[in-house]
Amino acid sequence: MSTNSRRKMVEAKEIIKVYGSFRALDRVSLDIYDGEKVVIIGPSGSGKSTLLRSINRLEEIDRGTIVVDGMDLYDPKTDITKVREEVGMVFQSFNLFPHKTVLENLTLAQIVVRKRSKQEAEEKAMMLLERVGLAAKAKSYPGKLSGGQQQRVAIARSLAMDPKLMLFDEPTSALDPEMIGEVLDVMKDLAKDGMTMAVVTHEMGFAREVADRVIFMDAGRIVEEGTPEHFFTAPTHERAKLFLSQIL
Amino acid sequence: MSTEAKKQIIDVGDGAAIPRKSDRGLFTAWRIAFFGAIGTIAYLVWSKPDPYLNIIKFVPDGIAVTFQVTLGAILLAIVIGLITGLGRISKNRFFNGVASLYVEVIRGIPLLVQIFYIYYALGTIVKVPAILSAIIAMAVCYGAYMGEVVRAGIESIAKGQREAALSLGMNGRQTMIHVILPQAVKVILPPVGNEFIALLKDSSLVSIIAVADLLRRGREYASESFTYFETYTVIALIYLIITLFFSKIIGVMEERVSVNK
Repeated sequence: MSTNSRRKMVEAKEIIKVYGSFRALDRVSLDIYDGEKVVIIGPSGSGKSTLLRSINRLEEIDRGTIVVDGMDLYDPKTDITKVREEVGMVFQSFNLFPHKTVLENLTLAQIVVRKRSKQEAEEKAMMLLERVGLAAKAKSYPGKLSGGQQQRVAIARSLAMDPKLMLFDEPTSALDPEMIGEVLDVMKDLAKDGMTMAVVTHEMGFAREVADRVIFMDAGRIVEEGTPEHFFTAPTHERAKLFLSQIL
Repeated sequence: MSTEAKKQIIDVGDGAAIPRKSDRGLFTAWRIAFFGAIGTIAYLVWSKPDPYLNIIKFVPDGIAVTFQVTLGAILLAIVIGLITGLGRISKNRFFNGVASLYVEVIRGIPLLVQIFYIYYALGTIVKVPAILSAIIAMAVCYGAYMGEVVRAGIESIAKGQREAALSLGMNGRQTMIHVILPQAVKVILPPVGNEFIALLKDSSLVSIIAVADLLRRGREYASESFTYFETYTVIALIYLIITLFFSKIIGVMEERVSVNK
């Protein structure tokens, strides 16, 4: 792998996040390279969501540095909204705007943040809805859509901003089993397209198929890291072995 | 009770009970009260035109003034409430401090005292008509309560909405304008309706500062004709009819908002 010669999209060094006396992140360092797909797994409470959310500063860290696309998140001169424009995020609970139609969900930030014209934004939105197979739902309100459809709209909404990096925070955990596939398909399609992705998930099949690198976290630390092949067949850390035996 | 569940409840002030579609008992109570009040007035006027018909003829000016004060005050209170509510959730310590201080001070002083105070305090600076002074006094008072309604409404919008907007690169102001406030309005509307009814009733307090509202017109008539019991009976019934009428409208409005969700 020649990842080292590639540009770093995310460079997190020795980050610490504390809730009261609980260390959610304990000196975690993580680099994500341009075009790389990183899947983060681990038991609940291991800090994987916190790590993901600190990459676009939805979660403030207490120590350490995070540089995203060359911008230091904690440099006072950095405009955090500029960073977030480049970093898409998909949430477990979709978080579509319920008072706006599907189309408006996709155009809002394009118009307000990217300053695109309404027409331009709508063209882009329709193209993306086509891609996730929901062009017919453009005029619907999110409340009328199934969970799987809502999540596909949420992914399209993020993509409308032309992000350089996509963060997925347990995107299928709130879905009924029969809807998980349609969302994973969209994500696989995105991966094939070369998008840089960081995904927190419990979908081991997805991790095996898509990940360039699997990261296993426990108690706020990265305890195992490697290719999916290595991780799923020959994990070295005891905690990782136990986790895999429980989940597979 | 979990904080999550608590946040869903926005109950401020003592507005009229809103009849619910599912609650047949309350619905019937509203009907009995509303049509009973109208029927009683009609019967009194028919059976004893003197003094009842004379009273009815005397008070419409007062009803108009009561509406003027109520409408003016509620509109001004909504503006004050919006600013105060945003201040209460602001991270800017100055803005937050001023808003919180305002709410604390206003809620600690009886409305009647505030009306006197603003009327005479304003009077020492500029000469304003009593009715304007009454509107300002009511608005300043209700603005504080409205601020709490706005704050609760904004806080009732799920955190995920804010996070989604921020993650798309919107700044705090854009998030508030495009994502949070449009949703909060739906939550805020019913309690604002309740505040409106409470304000309508409290507007009778302005009769003490030479504003010729419904209550004051009644008092004027009663003291001339010495028909205190008859006059106040009519005044009470008119207030009741107006209040019930608006509580019904607000109830319907609340239903429609919850359907739209």
